[in-house]
Amino acid sequence: MTLFKARNIQKRFGARVVLENISLSVEEGTVHGIMGPNGAGKTTCFHVLTGFYPPDDGRITFEGHDITGRKPHQIARLGISRSFQIMNLFDDTVVIENVILALPDFRALSFNVTRNVFDDITLVDRALEVLDRVGLADRAWQKAASLSYGNRRALEIAVALAADPRIVFLDEPTSGLGAEATLRLMELIRNLREAYTIVIIEHDMRFLFELADTISVIHWGQVIAEDTPAALRANKWVARSALGDVA
Amino acid sequence: MISLSDIPARGGSPFTRSMGLFVLLLLTAPFWLEPIGLYQYLGMEIAIWILFALGFNLLFGYAGLHSFGHGAYLGIGAYAFGLFQQNVTLNLWGGLLAAIAAATLAGAIVGAFVSHRRGIYFALMTIAFGQVFWFAAIKLHSVTGGEDGLLGIPRPNLVVGPLKLDISDNRTLYWFVTIVLLVAVLALWRLVNAPFGRVLQAIRQNETRARFVGYNVWLIKWLTFVVSAGFAGLAGGLFAMAQESAYPDVMSLHQSGLIVMMVLVGGGLVSFWGPVFGVLLYFIARDIIGGLTETWLLWFGLMFVIMVMVRPEGLAGLFHVLRTCLPPGPRKAVGPAAHPGRA
Ligand SMILES: Nc1ncnc2c1ncn2[C@@H]1O[C@H](COP(=O)(O)OP(=O)(O)OP(=O)(O)O)[C@@H](O)[C@H]1O
Ligand SMILES: [Mg+2]
Repeated sequence: MTLFKARNIQKRFGARVVLENISLSVEEGTVHGIMGPNGAGKTTCFHVLTGFYPPDDGRITFEGHDITGRKPHQIARLGISRSFQIMNLFDDTVVIENVILALPDFRALSFNVTRNVFDDITLVDRALEVLDRVGLADRAWQKAASLSYGNRRALEIAVALAADPRIVFLDEPTSGLGAEATLRLMELIRNLREAYTIVIIEHDMRFLFELADTISVIHWGQVIAEDTPAALRANKWVARSALGDVA
Repeated sequence: MISLSDIPARGGSPFTRSMGLFVLLLLTAPFWLEPIGLYQYLGMEIAIWILFALGFNLLFGYAGLHSFGHGAYLGIGAYAFGLFQQNVTLNLWGGLLAAIAAATLAGAIVGAFVSHRRGIYFALMTIAFGQVFWFAAIKLHSVTGGEDGLLGIPRPNLVVGPLKLDISDNRTLYWFVTIVLLVAVLALWRLVNAPFGRVLQAIRQNETRARFVGYNVWLIKWLTFVVSAGFAGLAGGLFAMAQESAYPDVMSLHQSGLIVMMVLVGGGLVSFWGPVFGVLLYFIARDIIGGLTETWLLWFGLMFVIMVMVRPEGLAGLFHVLRTCLPPGPRKAVGPAAHPGRA
């Protein structure tokens, strides 16, 4: 089943056309990889798909419903989660609160003023489960700002998972990491395959080819190729371009 | 570094040592103010400003929305109270409700314009709106009395059921203000320790992230602005009673700057109680340094500059450092210890 679909997305900033014409279609239960050179428009594409910017043209549908032009919080509530290339965390507070804030059950209490924040032990338990998934359960009560860079990347993913999403968009989750931390995070993402529908922007081709069911190659704001890793490897155009050197 | 977002060791219980001390000071003030050479009216003035400052800090410290025009809502409350007494009927509760309602309404309108902003744009817009209200207060002569303001605003009797109490002298009015303040403090305490308060702080820390985990950031910012304006309005109503008048200076830019200064110096960015320290320090400076030299505001300003340079977390931050330097006592626990049943 097609879970998420974008058709002919266009995005301009003033005279600069960043997304010329992007179409993507994500099947439920699959990992959809996105690659492309720096400045190709990958992050902008994620921004448009998750409501950060409205598209100038095109349509976005989720589970068959048109969500074009909806606000980020509305899109998030449908079960569309994302992480950021440049990290976005709640830094003044502890790790576990970053996750609790993202739990839909906590969000439902956001206008509640009669109870205390951590009264509900099931929320704490639920957050610990999510943290356990990314290997941060034992750091739950540390300040988020005190985590190592790699752990912050993992927390960024935990926050996205906490929303109990139907689909997760990950924007270069391993960027800026050292070799060892990269391997650890790759392992983590591999384990997410089973449970989530994922769209992932990733520069590491070897990793992406192994992980993804389908890959879209974005260049100059357009999808220049979309296929399975095996077929892309055979694609002369991709193989010849600087991107294809894993083949 | 401490932060407002630290998790309180006692959950959200209001029975803390700080709260106890606060209540004790408020309830005993009428008995020691005069013996130590101060005067009844000062206690009332301080209590009103504490109310204003704590409500303001919900917006400034907790939500991180830096309003520099909050004096407007204090003033609107004061005028509304006065106009109610003079044009509707002589009634304490009616006047205070009018003060809250008028400030809330003004806050709702301004909030609708500023809530999609943050940072410098937010600050500038709050100043601009503050100036609009101030200007209106001066120009709408027939309603507001122009530069002179509303004079001779009465202090109506306190009526609770069959009970009728004359609260027109400073000491009894102080008791009334204190009770209102205590109720307001408990309400604010509840607010900041409830999920709503944590969401506010999440928005302060990272608006984008809050949006992408599903919070309607605009609505929450707007609501905070409105609530905070409402508290300012209540303080303004009490202020009109204390001063027996309402005049444009109450809502001047100077006043708006003063509340920011108090909250910053006191440590509103790191502690619920910070604004209280700030208000106390200001009035102590005014009455004690002010007794020695006319240039006291210069000294207070200098203190502000030094404070911002050496201890940007304000007095509350300073106290925290002093406390943690002392030999280990019962420390604030952040973490599983604070959560029974978690190991
Ligand atoms: N708000 C904006 N205003 C103007 N131009 C922008 C804006 N956001 C992005 N761009 C431009 O759009 C282009 C694509 O940026 P984008 O961040 O989407 O690239 P990317 O594919 O994610 O690159 P990278 O691999 O470096 O992350 C860049 O040239 C960038 O300068
Ligand atoms: Mg990018």
